[in-house]
Amino acid sequence: MMSVKITINGRPVIAQEGITVLEASKQAGYDIPTLCHHPALSEFGACRLCVVEIKGMRNLPASCVTKISEGMEIQTESAAVVEARKTILELLLANHPSDCLTCQMSGNCKLQDYAYRYQVRNVSFCGETHNYPLDDSNPYIIRDNNKCILCGRCVRACAEIKGENILGFASRGFNTKITTALDKDFKDSDCVYCHTCVAVCPVGALRNKEMEGKARYWELEKKTVDCGLCENACKFDLNIKDGKVIGVSAKEGTPERFGQPCLKGRLAVNLKYNPDCPQKPLIKKDGEFVPVSWEEALGLDELISKMESFEK
Amino acid sequence: MTNSISEIKDTDFIFAIGTNTTETHPIISLEVKKAIKNGTKLVVADPRKTEMAELADIHISHPSGSDLILLNALANVIITEELYDKEFVEERTENFQELKETVQKYTPEYAEETIGISADTIREVARGYANADKAMILYTMGITQHICGTDNVLAIANLAMLCGHIGKPSTGVNPLRGQNNVQGACDMGGLPNVYPGYQKVVDEKVREKFEKAWGVSLNPNNGLSVGEMMDNAYEGKVKGIYIMGENPVLSDPDANHVEEALKKLDFLVVQDIFLTETAMLADVVLPAASFAEKDGTFTNTERRVQRIRKAINPVGQSKEDWEIICMVATAMGYPMNYDSAEDIMKEIAEVTPSYGGITYRRLEGDGLQWPCPTEDHPGTPYLHKGRFAKGKGSFHAVEFVPPNEETDSEYPFVLTTGRRLWHYHTGTMSRRADGLEWKYPQEKLEINPEDAAKLGLREGDKVKVASRRGEIEIAVHCTDRVPPGTVFGSFHFRESAINKLTNPARDPKAKIPEYKVCAVKIQKLA
Amino acid sequence: MEKVSLTIDGRQVEVSAGTTVLEAARSAGIEIPTLCHDPELTSHGACRLCVVSIEGMRNLPASCVTTVREGMVVHTSTPEVNEARKTILELLLSNHPNDCMICEKSGECKLQEYAYLYGVKEGTFAGEQSNYHPDDSNPMIYRDNNKCILCGKCVRACEEVQGRSILGFANRGFQTKVTPALDKPLSESECVFCGSCISVCPVGALTEKGMMGKGRRWEMKKVRTICPYCGTGCTIELNVKNGEVVGVTSTEEGAVNGRALCIKGRFGYNFINHPDRLKTPLIKENGSLREATWEEAISKVAENLSKIKEEYGSDALATLTSARCTNEDNYIMNKFTRAVLGTNSIDHCARL
Repeated sequence: MMSVKITINGRPVIAQEGITVLEASKQAGYDIPTLCHHPALSEFGACRLCVVEIKGMRNLPASCVTKISEGMEIQTESAAVVEARKTILELLLANHPSDCLTCQMSGNCKLQDYAYRYQVRNVSFCGETHNYPLDDSNPYIIRDNNKCILCGRCVRACAEIKGENILGFASRGFNTKITTALDKDFKDSDCVYCHTCVAVCPVGALRNKEMEGKARYWELEKKTVDCGLCENACKFDLNIKDGKVIGVSAKEGTPERFGQPCLKGRLAVNLKYNPDCPQKPLIKKDGEFVPVSWEEALGLDELISKMESFEK
Repeated sequence: MTNSISEIKDTDFIFAIGTNTTETHPIISLEVKKAIKNGTKLVVADPRKTEMAELADIHISHPSGSDLILLNALANVIITEELYDKEFVEERTENFQELKETVQKYTPEYAEETIGISADTIREVARGYANADKAMILYTMGITQHICGTDNVLAIANLAMLCGHIGKPSTGVNPLRGQNNVQGACDMGGLPNVYPGYQKVVDEKVREKFEKAWGVSLNPNNGLSVGEMMDNAYEGKVKGIYIMGENPVLSDPDANHVEEALKKLDFLVVQDIFLTETAMLADVVLPAASFAEKDGTFTNTERRVQRIRKAINPVGQSKEDWEIICMVATAMGYPMNYDSAEDIMKEIAEVTPSYGGITYRRLEGDGLQWPCPTEDHPGTPYLHKGRFAKGKGSFHAVEFVPPNEETDSEYPFVLTTGRRLWHYHTGTMSRRADGLEWKYPQEKLEINPEDAAKLGLREGDKVKVASRRGEIEIAVHCTDRVPPGTVFGSFHFRESAINKLTNPARDPKAKIPEYKVCAVKIQKLA
Repeated sequence: MEKVSLTIDGRQVEVSAGTTVLEAARSAGIEIPTLCHDPELTSHGACRLCVVSIEGMRNLPASCVTTVREGMVVHTSTPEVNEARKTILELLLSNHPNDCMICEKSGECKLQEYAYLYGVKEGTFAGEQSNYHPDDSNPMIYRDNNKCILCGKCVRACEEVQGRSILGFANRGFQTKVTPALDKPLSESECVFCGSCISVCPVGALTEKGMMGKGRRWEMKKVRTICPYCGTGCTIELNVKNGEVVGVTSTEEGAVNGRALCIKGRFGYNFINHPDRLKTPLIKENGSLREATWEEAISKVAENLSKIKEEYGSDALATLTSARCTNEDNYIMNKFTRAVLGTNSIDHCARL
């Protein structure tokens, strides 16, 4: 593999030929903000937040889709770059609800992180804002298109990781949105609720319904467990508040870290650890469910008592 | 302190002498404010009209260095009017007769004549203190930084013992200590005459104990105090000094002399977190970790041993102080190896009776107040309950001694020094804190408007202040916080290093220099 | 002390006479939301968020200012109570900036916590919004009256804990605000910047200026330790992010000080990560100091001290230990001086 000499923020860096400016910067320890980029997905170059200044280039190129070349001089946090990022964030925020106050993703939201990092206090653009209805049609995923920043990560994850192609872009311009075929609710689509889209969404547009209203992100303690349902052994995070498991989500990070979780796996892990899920089988007696032992539920009482009598 | 900080709010009478509490111990002053709210009577004796003085029911503005006249006059009233606790004096003290004879001449009228405080005020204060159910005396460096510092403290103890105001909750004698771990540094044997826990160097049994514990034979003679070290260095008798976390070039009196003394050494090592004025003179400078970078304990003014915890890794290559010293010791052929600060505390507990029951596990939470001799001892919120450590408390008849340096026609002003709320010591830390530096970026010499008018000075004018030892340039602040004839400045600022002026004359017993009084002249600069 | 027994949410609770319903509930482990209440301050009864339903009482009384009575039957979480709390929160939020996205207090804000708890979304009441200029007049306390919910805790802390009375209420009705005398910025007031007001502010109206932009509250590791300035021994919390101390906060658990601190304790921490910090050993060569390795520096110190000891005797050596260092450091310096150097000439500036 050939190596290429470049400078990042005045520091000489040697990097592999063929990698992007974003990757080279990350390897050199510079944290360039990204929204649409995801290491497990194809490059999209949509959000433009990763723009950098490269000597000799006309505009500020998006570092996620710009390959390095010999002698490149890159500035990742110059005044022009910061100004551009601030404007991009302001444009995004101009059509984003300001409800971090109660938003479930507050504390785990890239848009919030970057607004804070670049101290975007006043949004200088005001205009029309979306007013989409909430897709709360199913027990697993809340889809709030008002919070969607159109980064397309969910679309690519659904297509590239799971091969499901449930989500796609529809319409044009201001009306662009991400939705299912024929703009149906999730429940009327072919979605299998694998939550891969939830795991990659950088904002609060796609959320794990199970955790809604139960805890702020910063109150959570995370514990990673393996799913035991199939040989894939996907990794899940138990979300614990005050010592109690309140929900199960795919392990934070890229799919390399969490595998390819499915609905069945997530529910199984939930059943195993979440105290709100019944820990014992229930049998309806006089019109009401009562917890009973597995022996009773499976009708093995008689068999067991016979075996015990043989032992004697 | 014989009491705990939290006991202050429940006392009935506070006599605060030579303590600028709201500035030097802001959080302790909150307890004083709580006490006032609870109806406690506050008497403040201080030449300056400090914020404490403004809070007080009575402010006694006696001249700097005249504390013994005031304290003896109070004792005089208490004895003459038979306000003292006869039972306490009888059972728990000795030497009363001697005290009685000595204070006889310090009548309130004599005091009024010599220090200008009305006899009635002195009587009122004496009666108030003696008659209070629970009474506390608070003092700080205003009492101790005199050539008669020890005698001042003894005179305060006399008052407390006369009235039996000791050994009870919210009742006692409470020196407020100025630095985060000055109590601990003393407790740990950072003094030339005592081992850890104030065990005397000259006591053979103590020496044998430490020889056994440390596996070496030890020097049987008392060492030199800091002032004596500097004098001996100046004379060439001390050749090498190892300084850890101190900046004597700015903090010690007669700074020019200290600097010259340190320059004469064959070898000077300074271990600090910054390149201080003292470190610049060193042959080797060792980078130390700051408090945020280490585990350990500090002991506060109420003898409370509390845990400090490491928050970040040492900056750069710096190391914890004890670790560096262990490296030097090992290189000098005496291996010192400890795994952690906790490991050291185990050894401290073994050789220091008052820390005997202190372990890191027990310090979680609110810490422990020594004496805490055993693992099951709960600690000691207030001292001298029932009996004094030494048995009977002894009265010390102490006579007034005038300050070592008095004003004359050439040096007509008394300079007294101290601290500001906004800064700390030689400014090494506080002057690198943006907020503090913004609030108070330069020192101003407090001068009474009357004096200022005589010298033709206006607010902010620059002056040259000179004593017999040195001179500095400084701006003035015209304020009636200082009485006419007295000026005040802090020692936080190297640009106006006030200790170039101060008098190194020391109290013969405690070796404390007379920072509180020296004679200066003031000259307006164009 | 006389005891009173009452029923709270169906549980029998016994407390001393004179206790408030709020204290009684909390002592039984029942949480009631509060904004203006603070155990260290006088009760104000302003925010009304702590309302409960008490059988036989006409309205929903504020539990922080209602004292218990024998046989009282209290319900802390009825639909009626929750509805009232929700409305109070909606009213507060109707004049509160919606900028949790970048608000410094986000994550430690009581208003945010309760809005989430009661599921209050935005926009029930629309109307005039305050538009004050934030007081950015000093490097320590950032005061944004637009976020103030007029709970008055800062006013009471300034007066009752610090005895300073810098902050007070001014004006009436919608114009009411908390401000220093003559509506001046803090820099022109008599404020001593102890920051007690920050320590009690439940929202983002009073924040540590030095922590602005340095990290979200949930990213901070709080390390409990002791202040390095005077001898009072106040407990402080160092707020650490990415290995750097980015702020100091105080905690109710402080043994000596509770939440109170002075300007030095709360705002005097910048020296820790200051660029002037000594980072390597230095050795003097030809009159100036140069960087050196630890090995070099230690052996130079050991050699020179040993040489002086041999040539001139132990008493030609002396040490200054430090009132700024830990007990452990001081003990080791004391042992080193006496056992290794062989002198008792050890002292420190105890007299200063």
